[in-house]
Amino acid sequence: MTAVQDAPAAEIGRDRRRKEDERLITGRTRWTDNLTLPGMLHLAMVRSPFAHARITGIDKSEAEQSPNVVAVLTGADLGEGQGVNINAWPITPDQVAPVHVPMPTDRVAFAGETVAVVVARSAAAARDAAELVDVDYEELPAALELKAAAADEVLAHPDLGTNKSAYWVFDSAEAGTGGNVEEAIEKARSDGIVIEREYRQQRLIPAFMEPRSVVVDPTGEQITMWSATQIPHILRFALAATTGVPESKIRVIAPDVGGGFGGKLQTTPEEFIAWAVARRLGKPVKYTETRSESLVTAHHGRDQWQKLTLSAEKDGTVTGFKVELLADLGAYVAIVGGGVPVLGAFMFNSIYKFPAYHFACQTVLTNKAWTDAYRGAGRPEATYGIERMMDELAVEVGVDPLEIREKNWIKHEEFPFTTVAGLEYDSGNYEAATARAKEMFGYDELRDEQKQRRDSGDPVQLGIGISTFTEMCGLAPSRVLGTLDYGAGGWEHANIRMTATGKVEVVTGTSAHGQGHETAFSQIVADRLGVPFEDVEVLHGDTQVSARGLDTYGSRSLVVGGEAIVLAADKVIEKARPIAAHLLEASVDDLEFTNGTFTVRGTDQGMAIGEIATAVFAAHNLPDGVEPTLDSDAAYDPVNFSFPHGTHLCAMEVDTETGAVKMRKYVACDDIGNIINPLIVSGQVHGGLVQGIAQALWEEAVYDDSGTLVSGSFVDYLLPTAADTITFDIDHTTSPSTTNTLGTKGVGEAGTIASTPAVVNAVVDAVRHLGINDIQMPCTPERVWKAIQGAGGGGADSTEGAAMPHFDQAEPGQDSTEGAGS
Amino acid sequence: MTKISLTVDGDQVSDDVEPRMLLVQYLREKLGKTGTVIGCDTSNCGACTVHLNGTSVKSCNVLAVQADGGEVTTIEGLSTNGQLHKVQEAFRECHGLQCGFCTPGMIMQSVDLLNENPSPSEEEIRLGLEGNLCRCTGYHNIVRAVQHAAGSTS
Repeated sequence: MTAVQDAPAAEIGRDRRRKEDERLITGRTRWTDNLTLPGMLHLAMVRSPFAHARITGIDKSEAEQSPNVVAVLTGADLGEGQGVNINAWPITPDQVAPVHVPMPTDRVAFAGETVAVVVARSAAAARDAAELVDVDYEELPAALELKAAAADEVLAHPDLGTNKSAYWVFDSAEAGTGGNVEEAIEKARSDGIVIEREYRQQRLIPAFMEPRSVVVDPTGEQITMWSATQIPHILRFALAATTGVPESKIRVIAPDVGGGFGGKLQTTPEEFIAWAVARRLGKPVKYTETRSESLVTAHHGRDQWQKLTLSAEKDGTVTGFKVELLADLGAYVAIVGGGVPVLGAFMFNSIYKFPAYHFACQTVLTNKAWTDAYRGAGRPEATYGIERMMDELAVEVGVDPLEIREKNWIKHEEFPFTTVAGLEYDSGNYEAATARAKEMFGYDELRDEQKQRRDSGDPVQLGIGISTFTEMCGLAPSRVLGTLDYGAGGWEHANIRMTATGKVEVVTGTSAHGQGHETAFSQIVADRLGVPFEDVEVLHGDTQVSARGLDTYGSRSLVVGGEAIVLAADKVIEKARPIAAHLLEASVDDLEFTNGTFTVRGTDQGMAIGEIATAVFAAHNLPDGVEPTLDSDAAYDPVNFSFPHGTHLCAMEVDTETGAVKMRKYVACDDIGNIINPLIVSGQVHGGLVQGIAQALWEEAVYDDSGTLVSGSFVDYLLPTAADTITFDIDHTTSPSTTNTLGTKGVGEAGTIASTPAVVNAVVDAVRHLGINDIQMPCTPERVWKAIQGAGGGGADSTEGAAMPHFDQAEPGQDSTEGAGS
Repeated sequence: MTKISLTVDGDQVSDDVEPRMLLVQYLREKLGKTGTVIGCDTSNCGACTVHLNGTSVKSCNVLAVQADGGEVTTIEGLSTNGQLHKVQEAFRECHGLQCGFCTPGMIMQSVDLLNENPSPSEEEIRLGLEGNLCRCTGYHNIVRAVQHAAGSTS
């Protein structure tokens, strides 16, 4: 027994350096592609060059004769053993969705779809032989352009009879959460303001740095799959549900995973093909995609047309907002699929008090790569739509865009606030975040400079962009998911094990891929159990270690997974209490637990939790009837979403002679409630910002007229570099969440959700005096220049027209930047 | 097959390799140096950056046979006697990594950058790292890490 010691410093709130980093900075890593097993075979995929075609014949003979090839297999060879790639969220009961067989036998529905797999003794031999598989196709007309596809001009899947997958509607009058939006718009047409705009959310690619990789070992009693995935638990479920192998015979491991951003929130055809091949051959197999395969076939994100109608009184008080979306699902309805735009349905009203609201979304099948969650998933689209519209309203009313927002936003004394979309925002303070952001930005000085440049006719104009965002994250209360017909719950699981030597093992059902869970969760447990940070080990990403879990996405790991850990820790303490009382020969009622030690009130006698763990391990002297373990499980189902918010301000310089844009300054003041580790939070914000900025300025997945992805490499798909980006100014205000014990809110997606409209608002603000009110994303110099020249509405010529011709040696200009398309 | 002999992270190695084998494939597949990773098809992302004869190269852009007789340092050979290199230390100190996949290449490029220019400006750092992609950090803390390493004594 030890005497009571001084209280250690609180871990929560400390900028702890990450536990994860020692391995990562020395190359001591376990990426899936690093794994090698005895006798392991390698896979290469034979992929369709056509967006839509009938498979009329596959000649495998030459490939089968190629050196070191073990097998060449088609969809017909694998049969039902390959399972099905499932959609977990049918957004309407009558949703139209094609069956997604990992390797189809008769018809391909997008360029890049797998039609055969080569199995060989080395990756190089497999890839060599894949070139020798001779597939005959009968090309079919492809549904490519979203609006045309929505009109059913060409069918992506002819047997379905339509491209229209699901039509999902929320109406505040019907839901009883607000008024009738048509009436509000009608009234405003006669005595108020009506703003109608159509915005494009271009198609994006998550582009995690680690290409997807999967290893399957069928040689044990359990079949083990290692995969570069965000969702090992969901993957195990999907394999069990569709391939006939019981879950108890499946172990899925997500080892070190190199980023995801939603892009690894998928059960992929490649995983299922590797699974089927390994089972068929009885040998371990590995498949690692190339970067171009990743860009062509891993799911894409966004891809919407947004038709928006906002009504307001003449003073700028918004009276109604109507949202009509078209959303491109691609060739198949992915695991979340049409649920992504639906997640945006609750966010178009954002931080504002709109009396009437209507949201309708038509999801559409096309012959392009499938789409699904990409960082933010639905909320960036919503935030973009409303924050662009609020700027338009400010122009119409003739006031500063911050003033129009303040007129309409929820005041801090009005929380908790039930929105027109039916959500209850627990806490927030938009005034405080905005005041801090303005101060950091030097808002008034930059407005002065903008005026000077306007007045002097400076060829380089300055624009200021605003985004006062909120979002819903921490997915999610299971009951809410049930009402939305989502196929699973939103709880999270934790297990805390007290080892015989007094160390603590924390098992979480969340699955990190760069976030820093090991560090942040260690801080939480260190405080809760009063043990040293270094004594806590966080385990995750292996279904045999972490048997239950719902994985990592939707900024849920801390606000849901962290709460499960808190519950489990509290159970450990409660299990230890009667044992401590027994060992200290005191009454349970006289015990206090502080800083990791049970003390007897009024004495200096105490016992640390680690000492109790050792005593429980020996179990020589426990009270009668007490289980000899402190280990505890807990599952936590959140009572509400988490609603981080913030004010982002961006200054952009636009060269009106060349269309070049340059970021001058970016300020973000995010309110994410209580912060566990400010260093990790800063990293999440910075990285999120750049992904959102990249949508505004650089990134777009571009298809040509035949449905080939022409931005299929990192030369063509423009990920920003260090030289494209700037240093950011970030800070926080704090309105703790009132719906969880730690008072935290999610931060993983906030930067991406907020930054895109801030940047585009700034670019448009810089040239608005030239009569411009929109520039289509990405705001390339060409589009900005064309908008200034008045050559097209918002410079909105499709990027396709400007893409270099590919694969045609007869075309001039293959190696130059001239001759840019037709 | 061509026989090559070289030094990798201080060890003498010798192997028969296919002429088409890339240096990064040689490091990973023959030597088990999986600390060096492959992030793209060729030369776009910089994740595979190593030092060849004291200068940074993208090891996906060098044939293994071109390294014959040379000296290669990977992320696994950067620390000496159990002491982290100051750039490794700086990346941890400044939270210059998240998922860590670009990190080996980013660190090797940063070391090379500081070898050439011990006191770079922010712009020089950003331009010097232009060939290395990171999707997690937004580069903010990577730039801080290089500044931190430049300011610290090794």
